[in-house]
This record gives sequence, C-alpha cells and structure tokens, in this order.
Amino acid sequence: MRVVVDRERCVGSGTCVLTEPGVFDQDERDGRVVLLAAGPPRELWETVLEAERFCPTGAVTVTED
Amino acid sequence: MARVCPFGPPAEYAALRASEPIKKVSLKLNGRQVWLVTRYDHVRQVLSDPAISANMKAPGFPLQLQIPDEMVQAAPLTLFHMDPPVHTVHRRMVIPEFTVRRMEALRPHIQRIVDDRISSMIEHGAPADLSSALAVPVPLLVMCELLGVPYADREDLRRWGTQVTARESTPEQQARIQQEMGAYLAKLVAEKDADPADDLISRLILKNREENQLELADITSLALVLIAAGQSTANMISLGTLALLEHPERLAELKADPSLMGRAVDELARVITIADTGGTSRVATADIEVGGVVIKAGDGVMASLNSANHDENVFPDPDRIDFHRASNNHLAFGHGVHKCVGMTLARLELEVVYTTLFERLPGLRLAVPLDQVRFKSDDELVYDIHELPVAW
Repeated sequence: MRVVVDRERCVGSGTCVLTEPGVFDQDERDGRVVLLAAGPPRELWETVLEAERFCPTGAVTVTED
Repeated sequence: MARVCPFGPPAEYAALRASEPIKKVSLKLNGRQVWLVTRYDHVRQVLSDPAISANMKAPGFPLQLQIPDEMVQAAPLTLFHMDPPVHTVHRRMVIPEFTVRRMEALRPHIQRIVDDRISSMIEHGAPADLSSALAVPVPLLVMCELLGVPYADREDLRRWGTQVTARESTPEQQARIQQEMGAYLAKLVAEKDADPADDLISRLILKNREENQLELADITSLALVLIAAGQSTANMISLGTLALLEHPERLAELKADPSLMGRAVDELARVITIADTGGTSRVATADIEVGGVVIKAGDGVMASLNSANHDENVFPDPDRIDFHRASNNHLAFGHGVHKCVGMTLARLELEVVYTTLFERLPGLRLAVPLDQVRFKSDDELVYDIHELPVAW
C-alpha cells in the first residue's frame, strides 16, 4: 500500500489524524496533513482506507504498491 | 418537516431517499424552489463539487433567514459563506489553532471548566436546567480560554451567551446582545494588536502581520464565528445527555465501558444531527449532474445531513443508537471544504462533559416527563432544546 496526501486540498479538519494517528499527523505551523508513513504496515491498512474515505476534501489517496 | 422522535429525522426523508432522492421542493420561508438532496453519496458529491457555491450573496442562494436582500448584500461574508480561493486564505489562518495535538493540550482546561460548572449546579441544588447551567456555558468558556478573553470579562460573555439563546429573548434583544459581543470582541482584538499574548487572537494577529491577508475586522469576524459555531456544542451537550437518559441501556453500556465514549460521541452526533441543511445550503455556479438529475447554474441546493446520516445503505438500522458500528463515517460535522474546523474541539468537549456528568451525578434523571421538554425547530438552522430540567 502507498499513501499520498495532497496538502493543497487539505482543509485541516483533523479527520485522518483522528482515524489513524500512526500514519497521519498535522503540521504544527499550518495545521495541514503530514504523512508519517507512506508505506504503512498491513495492520493499519483498514484504518488508512477509512481515512481515505472519511477525508472531506479527497486529500488522501491510497494505491497498491 | 418535523422530527417524529426528538432524536431522529423527519419521516419524509426515508421516502425521499427511496423515491426522489434529488427533488425540487419549496422553501417554507418564501416558496422559492430548491433541490433537496437526501442520499448519503449525493450529499457528499454536492458538498465537494467546485461548481457548488456557499456564497449567500449569489443569485439563487436558498437563504433560510428572513433578512432583506439589501442587508444580505451589505453584510461581510463569514467563513461559512466564502468560496475558495478566499475561503482557503481565511480557513488556513485558523486551522493550526484546532489541530488534534493543540486540542489535546486544552483537555485539562476543559476538564476544569466542566468540573466548575457541575459543582456550581450541585451547589444550587436540584432541579436544575442543564442547558443554562452546563451546556451553554461550557463551550463558551472553553472558547474564551482559547481566544484569550481575560477572566474578568468571561462572566459577561457567559451571560450574553445564555441570553442570546434564551426562549424569552426577543429578536431585538438578541440582535442587541450580538452587537454588544461584536463590539466587545473588536475592542479585545485592538487590545491584542497593541499587546499580543499567547492566545488564538494574538497568534492570528502576529501571523497576519507576516502574511498581510486580513484586516483587524476580519479577525474580529473570525472570533465571532468561532464563538457562534462553538455554541452548537451546547446543543449536543443537552440533546446527547437527554438521548442517553432516554436510552438507559446505552447509558449503562457506556458506564460499564468508558472506552466507548469516542464512538458514543460520534454515534450521538450522527443520530441527532443538529445541523440539517442550516450549514449546507448552496447554489450551483455551473450545470452539474447528480444521480442522473441536472442541477442548473443558479439553482439553489440543500444537502440534508440529517437524511444522509440516516441513509440505510450506509448505516444499517439507521435510527438505532449503536456504539459498535463497523465504520461511522457520518456527516454531522459536514463535508467538503466547509467541514467543521472545530470538530476535534467539539468531540473533546462532548467526551469530557458526558464522562464527568455521569460520573459525578450517577443518578441524573429528567425532572419532567419527556413530552414536557420543549424542543426547538430545525427551522432555526441548528436543532436544540429550550430547557433541560434535571434532578439527581
């Protein structure tokens, strides 16, 4: 699994951080998404896919390796 | 449309989702025709389409307030009604203030505020109106903490906040209180501009000195929007508490397993959905197609969050309060670029309030029969309760 985030689309609602804090964080200065792991371990895949679906602006994209 | 159960959606929505999920309806206020969108997927699509505008000044916008058009045109647009790229500039000013980490750091302050309000309620004795004793003051005092309102002034703001929502207040009184609050915040912003401290308003002022995007009046307006939007947390404190009291088996489940609290907050927000179309009225700026229906440029659109949150294709047995849903991607905080900027704060406040309230007052109960509790109408943009008489 590869995760890509689009910081231009991000509106900083914090949805992804609340859904999977192991993969997503927020930049302290601008509040927008920061990716902690572009290739997350398998046990986090389910919540990473949730974060992709939950994101209000489509700023999280998940693809296969 | 009226709610059947105080915690659930109007019955008409289920029929609309099944037969006419995108339907032209007449606005109660002025008979204007608008598209009402009721299915979950369509609501998400509409709220994320760049050809759908939140600008209340645009022709065709389905404003749900009785305000003369010249006043609408003269009023400055708030964050709720801006479109990108202006919206992006204003929103980006505030998002660093509401990060998950920053809100978590606020937890002890929230806990102290909640503890104080509950102690004061206990001191005054039962019965108490939970709405004015706890629900209204907590989000207001938390926002004061965040904005950097001096302690000496917080009692004034708390009083204004209570009066502005009180049933006996006339529209004139409410307008006057809002003016007083606006004048107070303008003065506060000017003071922070002269002598910045470590708080949200000061940080906005300092950041703006580097970026030079806003006027001081814009910062006052942002502060007012944050206070006003924060007050919807008050509605969820009252309505969520009442929903738990009326569903003792769910409350017992929560008391037995406090780790369910985060899920409970989301599930109560979904089931009750206090903001139905109040924050999700839009106007199309180009022709778009949704579910086989063409919405033409200039057409008004209302995306029903309450209906989307009860879409049986997404939430099986949607009216049931269930803390164990596999995936609860509800839309109670909206969707798209306008999704609630204070969502993390609201969820945290609700967690702290529900947890502390039922810990300290395990015998909390409604002091009147349910049919004597007076609910506001969804026509007031955000659903609420007038008073919540409780005993313990």
